[in-house]
Amino acid sequence: MIDVQHSKKHAIDQLLRISDRWYQQIEAGDIPSISLATRTKRNLTYDEETEVWKLGNLERNRAAVTEKSARHILRMAYTIGFLKHQIMENRSSTLREMYYISEGWKKAKFSDQHESNMLVEDLEILTDIQREHFNLRPEENGASIFGPIELREQTRRGPKKIHCQDDVGEAGYQIPTNVDQLELLDHDADVVIAIETGGMYARLIENKFDEKYNAILVHLKGQPARSTRRLLNRIQERFELPVTVFTDGDPWSYRIFASVAYGSIKSAHISDILATPSALFIGVQPSDIREYNLPSDTLNERDIAALKAELTDPRFMTDYWKEQIAIQLQINVKSEQQAFASRGLDFVTEEYLPTRFADLGIRLR
Amino acid sequence: MTPEKPPTHSPAHRLAREQRSISIAEFFEKNRHLLGFDSPTRSIITTIKEAVDNALDACEEVEILPDIFISIHKLPDGLYRIIVEDNGPGILASHIPFVFGKILYGSRFHQIRQSRGQQGIGISAAVLYAQLTSGQPTRIISRCSYHEPAHEFMLGIHTETNEPDIVSHTEREWDRAHGTRIEITLKATFSARKRLIEYLAYSSVVNPHTRITLDLDGEYIVYERTSNEPIKKPESIKPHPHGTELGRLQRMAAQKSLPKQMSVHAFLIDQFSKIGTKTADEICIHAGIDKDQDVTSLDLSALTSLHAALQAIKIPPPNAQTCLSPITEEQIRQGILKEFNPDFAVAKTRTAIVYAGHPVVVEAALGYGGSLETEGQAKLLRFANRVPLMYQQGACIITGVINAINWRNYGLSQQGLPLGPLLLLVHIASTNVPFTSESKDAVAAVPEIEREITLIVQELGRELKQFLNRRDKMRQSEERAQAICSLIPDIAEKVAETLERPVPDTSPIEGRIMKRLIAKAQMRDGRVHLSVYNYTSTALDVSVYCFSSDDLSQSSKKPTYCDESGGEYTAVWNLHLESGEGWNAEYPGTGGTIDIRGVLDEQKVVIHS
Repeated sequence: MIDVQHSKKHAIDQLLRISDRWYQQIEAGDIPSISLATRTKRNLTYDEETEVWKLGNLERNRAAVTEKSARHILRMAYTIGFLKHQIMENRSSTLREMYYISEGWKKAKFSDQHESNMLVEDLEILTDIQREHFNLRPEENGASIFGPIELREQTRRGPKKIHCQDDVGEAGYQIPTNVDQLELLDHDADVVIAIETGGMYARLIENKFDEKYNAILVHLKGQPARSTRRLLNRIQERFELPVTVFTDGDPWSYRIFASVAYGSIKSAHISDILATPSALFIGVQPSDIREYNLPSDTLNERDIAALKAELTDPRFMTDYWKEQIAIQLQINVKSEQQAFASRGLDFVTEEYLPTRFADLGIRLR
Repeated sequence: MTPEKPPTHSPAHRLAREQRSISIAEFFEKNRHLLGFDSPTRSIITTIKEAVDNALDACEEVEILPDIFISIHKLPDGLYRIIVEDNGPGILASHIPFVFGKILYGSRFHQIRQSRGQQGIGISAAVLYAQLTSGQPTRIISRCSYHEPAHEFMLGIHTETNEPDIVSHTEREWDRAHGTRIEITLKATFSARKRLIEYLAYSSVVNPHTRITLDLDGEYIVYERTSNEPIKKPESIKPHPHGTELGRLQRMAAQKSLPKQMSVHAFLIDQFSKIGTKTADEICIHAGIDKDQDVTSLDLSALTSLHAALQAIKIPPPNAQTCLSPITEEQIRQGILKEFNPDFAVAKTRTAIVYAGHPVVVEAALGYGGSLETEGQAKLLRFANRVPLMYQQGACIITGVINAINWRNYGLSQQGLPLGPLLLLVHIASTNVPFTSESKDAVAAVPEIEREITLIVQELGRELKQFLNRRDKMRQSEERAQAICSLIPDIAEKVAETLERPVPDTSPIEGRIMKRLIAKAQMRDGRVHLSVYNYTSTALDVSVYCFSSDDLSQSSKKPTYCDESGGEYTAVWNLHLESGEGWNAEYPGTGGTIDIRGVLDEQKVVIHS
């Protein structure tokens, strides 16, 4: 069982430690300050033990000796005060709502939502607690899961047990913001497939791929939300199932895979619980485009720049990716996952995916 | 054919009978504008200026600290009596009629050194102007020493002959041991009163060793001296070869006073400055003249080659140190600070240069901010040989140069002259200042001088820019500190609220950021809390002034002084605060304003909340 009371207290305690430090500084006549890890690509390091990319040791001390830093600390002081009340009163808000609430904070008001989002991330780093535990959630939501898995959700109307094939509609079970309030109960699966587009997710459900291959299907909805990544991480940890990622064949989609497998720069501070280092990339691989002669579009300048940037991204520093990116730069085209439809609607479920699973060494019943 | 008698009634004969020589006095009677007597308004200033110039020159001559008394007294019928009296060496009785009663009589015309007057025109022109407009002679009293009586003259000028007209001459008692007094009655208007006062103020800036007392019909203004060092008398020098014209050379070679049988070689060394044996040899060789030849025997063609050689041979510039007396940087700066009280003042003196054989030293100063007028154009003070130039600013090269400089480079906007609380002073010292006319109002555009002015003003401009940058930086860092200090109390308040603890005092942090003396008046719960904290690095003695309609004698700390008038209380606390030390007091009430004295404005922060 999840101890909600304990988790609440822990979150508040951690937040108030920051305020307490400032209070003591001010009482001692010292200028309030705060140390934060820098969040740039330069400060991303690979952690051997956990096999994910994490924030390095670069830290920046912000003391209220400049107007900018003083304002940053003031905003943080207001945000902590706000979150403390929100947690205590069991309320929740979206990041956007918090941004609007800050309109009433006078000098501490944020100038745009990016600023408030960044500040919440700073708090996550300082407290080592995810924002979900501060009852803050992102706007975009509704990523879903479909397949032979059973879980229990702590809803406002009490705990609910849900089987993600039997108890849900055709669209699947909608993943909640705070995945840590889910209990993973049981499963009857051999593999998890995280799918970029809604079209492909629906195709696999329609073709009963989940039943035939005992697959848990997760819709990523583009760049996956933190809750989606957290769920993939938990399923892998809890049931030790292989997690695979199926996306379009372009540089932007590779980044979707990378954020699932290695974490993202923005959330590198919580890579531990968000990333699934064992995740495997299915495709569409640049070599697939060539092999299956898929309908394709020519790469534009931005695509090429993105591919080249990926060659310097620590997350793509493997022989596999270097080779695939080189192929793509050479053939100079990209394809969507739904391009497999050119070979018939069943091609992807009957031919492509079984072949790729065999390639990746995933044994299916 | 009978030979005709040469005609005696031709037009040329008739004209010849009318032609005669014109007296210089007559000439100036008709052309008085050339001497600065073009209007009744200006004539008062010109008269005083000429008399003061003479007085200062005379005192300098004997290295006395000048003490000059000026009086302007209005008489009936649009007449004014002007008196100028000095403590100079006096004038010999036999010379007085010529000094004041003959135009173009002077001792300095033939000397090559810096002096205010030169041609001996000014004061006699004033006597002439007085005689023309009031019909009255001028009274002169002068005494040369304690052992001699004073002489009093009533003088005019015979305009036809330019000879003095001595109305009376008496010996008399006088309370001064030495000095000269002139009383001159002329028709004038005194609408240029402001300009006269300016003129004297400016004179006092460039003559810091002078005391001037002005009596305007009983209203006294004293321009006190800031220096007790008399000006060292500039020495005369011989003409410099560069810039000596051919006619002059011709005249010098034919002087009766030369020794008999003087060789060209000896002549050159004796008559010019900066020519030694070696240089004289070189000149003779260059001119192709035998150096032992008698100088009087040189014909025009020989003199022409000699003249060319004098210009061609490289000769060091004349000794400016001896014949010029620049005011010096520190004296100008002190003068500006005294008269105009700017925030920033800087002065420069350039090394001497030569134009047409005349040494020139250009000095300049710049003042910014403080009591200077913020609106409009810069105040421009022009001086030549320590004399303020009051008229024809637009025609002067000094103005031309300043207008031509791009002042935006130095952080000022500009409309011709730069704009803002700026004062510019330019002084040209030379044995021969090139004026545009005899009224000596404007300096002519001589390229060498123009260049010197440009360089020196640019130098001052760069210093101004540095000052402005420093000031802006100070302001910026202060603004930044203010901005931080407005956020710190909010942080403290919010943190305290979140932690549910009392709000900590942030004033130590604010003071640390500002490095200032922080004084606060805070209204809380029906009491006014005063606090002063010294965050500067030094101990301070300050007075806290508090003004309030609340009874300040109820204060928790007894004021050094407390007063009540019409329900308004004033209290003063005198404090000694070590660096890092604080003080506070409180009184029951709802309002009050405080101020701190005894500490510079930029070192204190007064907060009411």
